[in-house]
Amino acid sequence: MRAAVIVFPGSNRERDMRLALGGSFGEDPVMVWHRDTDLPKVDLIVLPGGFSYGDYLRAGAMAAHSPVLREVKARADAGVHVLGVCNGFQILTETGLLPGALMRNADLRFVCRDVHLKVERADTAFTGGFRAGDVLRCPVAHHDGNYFADAGTLDALEGEGRVAVRYCDETGAPTVAANPNGSQRNIAGIYNERLNVLGMMPHPEDAVHPLLGGLGGKPLFDGMAAGIGDAA
Amino acid sequence: MDAQENQVTPNIIAEHGLTSEEYDKILEILGRAPNLTELGVFSVMWSEHCSYKSSKKWLKTLPTEGPRVICGPGENAGVVDIGDGLAAIFKMESHNHPSFIEPYQGAATGVGGILRDVFTMGARPVANMNALRFGDPRHPRTRHLVAGVVAGIGGYGNCVGVPTVGGETNFHTRYDGNILVNAMTVGIAEADRIFYSAATGAGNPVVYVGSKTGRDGIHGATMASAEFNEDSEEKRPTVQVGDPFTEKLLIEACLELMATGAIVAIQDMGAAGLTSSSFEMASKGGVGVELDLDQVPAREDGMTAYEFLLSESQERMLMVLKPGSEERARAIMEKWELDFAVVGHLTDTGRMVVRHHGEIAADLPIDPLALASPEYDRPWEPVPKQPILAADEVSEIAPPDALKTLMGCPDLASRRWIWEQYDHLIMGDTVQRPGGDAAVVRIQGANGAVTGKALAITTDVTPRYCLADPEEGAKQAVAEAWRNLTAVGAMPLAITDNMNFGNPEKPDIMGQFVGCVNGIRKACEALDFPVVSGNVSLYNETAGIAILPTPAIGAVGLLDRYDGSAGIAVRDDGLSLVLIGGTSGHLGQSLYLRELLNREEGAPPPVDLAAERRNGDLVRRLIAGGKVAACHDLSDGGLLVAAAEMALAGNTGVSIGVPDGVPAHAWLFGEDQARYLIAAGDVEAVLSAAESAGVPAAEIGHSGGDAVAVDGAPVALDDLRRIHESWLPGYMAGS
Amino acid sequence: MKAKVHVTLKNGVLDPQGKAVGHALEALGFDGVGDVRQGKYIEIDLADTDADGAKARVEDMCQKLLANTVIENYAIEIEA
Repeated sequence: MRAAVIVFPGSNRERDMRLALGGSFGEDPVMVWHRDTDLPKVDLIVLPGGFSYGDYLRAGAMAAHSPVLREVKARADAGVHVLGVCNGFQILTETGLLPGALMRNADLRFVCRDVHLKVERADTAFTGGFRAGDVLRCPVAHHDGNYFADAGTLDALEGEGRVAVRYCDETGAPTVAANPNGSQRNIAGIYNERLNVLGMMPHPEDAVHPLLGGLGGKPLFDGMAAGIGDAA
Repeated sequence: MDAQENQVTPNIIAEHGLTSEEYDKILEILGRAPNLTELGVFSVMWSEHCSYKSSKKWLKTLPTEGPRVICGPGENAGVVDIGDGLAAIFKMESHNHPSFIEPYQGAATGVGGILRDVFTMGARPVANMNALRFGDPRHPRTRHLVAGVVAGIGGYGNCVGVPTVGGETNFHTRYDGNILVNAMTVGIAEADRIFYSAATGAGNPVVYVGSKTGRDGIHGATMASAEFNEDSEEKRPTVQVGDPFTEKLLIEACLELMATGAIVAIQDMGAAGLTSSSFEMASKGGVGVELDLDQVPAREDGMTAYEFLLSESQERMLMVLKPGSEERARAIMEKWELDFAVVGHLTDTGRMVVRHHGEIAADLPIDPLALASPEYDRPWEPVPKQPILAADEVSEIAPPDALKTLMGCPDLASRRWIWEQYDHLIMGDTVQRPGGDAAVVRIQGANGAVTGKALAITTDVTPRYCLADPEEGAKQAVAEAWRNLTAVGAMPLAITDNMNFGNPEKPDIMGQFVGCVNGIRKACEALDFPVVSGNVSLYNETAGIAILPTPAIGAVGLLDRYDGSAGIAVRDDGLSLVLIGGTSGHLGQSLYLRELLNREEGAPPPVDLAAERRNGDLVRRLIAGGKVAACHDLSDGGLLVAAAEMALAGNTGVSIGVPDGVPAHAWLFGEDQARYLIAAGDVEAVLSAAESAGVPAAEIGHSGGDAVAVDGAPVALDDLRRIHESWLPGYMAGS
Repeated sequence: MKAKVHVTLKNGVLDPQGKAVGHALEALGFDGVGDVRQGKYIEIDLADTDADGAKARVEDMCQKLLANTVIENYAIEIEA
């Protein structure tokens, strides 16, 4: 099971991601500099968190036009799995691989804290380590995580089972208080139509160790190791 | 530059902050009058900020050596051996004046500057801290300054991708006109690959990397050394703007270039820009330097030599390379999309010669200028001692009421609103998050490898103690930093000091400074806790009102096992609470006195350094031996506040009984030093270890329930949490 | 030539920054402040000599990078 992590100028959570992937996949991911267009053959492509291009213009806007992204799109179209976390999610929406946009947090402040997430379904290649309805705890750390899409898009996402994770309280209720950024319908992560591309704002890669943020994110990586490995 | 523009008049000399004696010295060194560009260089090099002219006589007395010290003060940052071939590199630095004028950019560039000081030496920055002082919350500017400073620190640190893991924030009316923003960075490097600033090798190329040079902050270093007046708000144009994205690229590019072995010397273009960096590098290496300003990447057209040399544009570095390595270096910088230019070379002339448009814009002898750097023995007056306040001179207030008031007061209320705006988790190594005694981060080895050890980091000072008794107050600051590291189980290694004071030309202010240096020295000697780096910020006065003397101490400690640290959270019922250290009930200068009785008086708590050491060594042994479920140092607010913080952190109640024979308010809220509160399952083991170590220890209560109870009088945790958590968000929302 | 591009949030997209600016203006005592919307203003120096051609190119720039058309509108002015 091989993964590649794409590194942009300004990416800064690539090490966190590398450690989390390595811990579950038994193999270190390949770190790919954004200007390399010859992306190696991998089972999973990860766009990590950070501030690519300083988040200047709009978070993820400039990275979305990086040469490597054309190749990422082509691979995604061919069925390769793609995970975008935080800035990676922003890049995926900017490229159009995922619908909607991530706007400035509703209270305008950067937010770093643990949140609870409800896993909406467990039957995708990403979520096999969970049961549907599981509540996990992991951190968010972002300034632009306020998910926006028009009502039609939101209804389609819901109707097609493409909401991956939602901000919720400890019991799984998607309350206003549990929403750290004003996201519509408490959406924290979504899939594309084929369910092979997942974008999410929270950082499961910072919750894979009992003493360092807990183990809330670990089933995602273990689940991918099993689910994506099987598919490839 | 035409002759008119280059004319030096007495007015211009004064505007550059130089005294007539200093100007006479310039004439003597040069044997001629300086041109404006040269005058600018002198003014920066001899500013308080760069020359430490008022402070160095005293700073020299601080202990700076120890078995673990690899490099003490004088370089960009201090370096301490942490074993396994690794070193911790750290420093704290102020960005006070710029943050008052433009809080977001001032604080952001403060973080950027201290990060550069650390990665310049070859370290990957792994943690940021900050020590902030604001004015009275009721002052009309305070809210705006808090919002801007916090957003600026977050905006920079979050983007660069270095976790901001903790710090401290105080409010006091004496900071109304001069806030303090002290930022600290800790980095980790391979101990045999530390980079210094001494330039060597005549003929070696001098290269410039990073951002382009603009007219930013011309004379910021002089501004940082001048008292504020009513016009300060007009100084906005001299504030630099930070670009954390470029800084992130600069970190990666510099670390990559350092690994190639191409770098002879490297220096951040800090507060005084190209001038001080090139001058300091040449001076330290005993060489000369020739610079061609036409090669310097410029962001604006028509810049003068004066502007090039004094610009404070951020995110720039100056390096001396090994000959022949320019192209390799250029390739790395270009990969990271950074400017790269060979701007000069080293010489054996002992002079700094600067050319611009083919003409000599400045020609200065290096050694005479460096040696002549002024050093003043400013007159000072000792601060009169305050009487010790007896407990019966202080009114008693029912403990539950007093506790509620204290837990919601500006200096003790939760800082969550602040640290949730900082990414404190990035890098995935944060073991102890903000809100405890010290942050704990797992040590990252070479190339990002995971190791089993951890660093503990804290910043501390109690300025109201320093005002009442500078020497005792500064001892307390060092002791509290040492205690906070101990309370998480770490072995304290070394400190960085950030000395923030008023106008040193006033003998009473200079007396505060001298007293504080003496206190730091005594505490560092007694605790084997050397000073490895530091920064001085003077002239923090507005309209004659000086800040509280604020010698902020940043400290670093080492844990052999990252999974062996202790936190403050009491998570289980049935644990015994053990008070370590002696309690006399010292209420002078306490928060109880100030917040409940509106009195700021009396002597601060005395610091018994031998007791600090004995008590702390015991606590560290108990933590290492697995005898401690939770541990908290006792400081602001005293015993009951500490107990309440432990209860809130773990969401478990605590019950405490006041012993006979001590006034309850003095016992519960006195701020006696050298004390810890421990939660332990095996109380006998703790008490017997304390007895054999000769350390006072007593079981004072136990955990359980959902309240903080004193002699059976409870305050519900939910109420306490609401009070504790709501003050700062409510204040910032304008309520 | 110079292109001046205004990027604004589409109607119906909540603009928290504009809202905060509106509150701040009210707090400063400015009466009669209605809806405030915050946008971006971008200036681009162009080597083009033909205004129509320049406008078409900037249009393309907006579509591809300068605006996120999921949430933003843009308007272009070309100056000789």
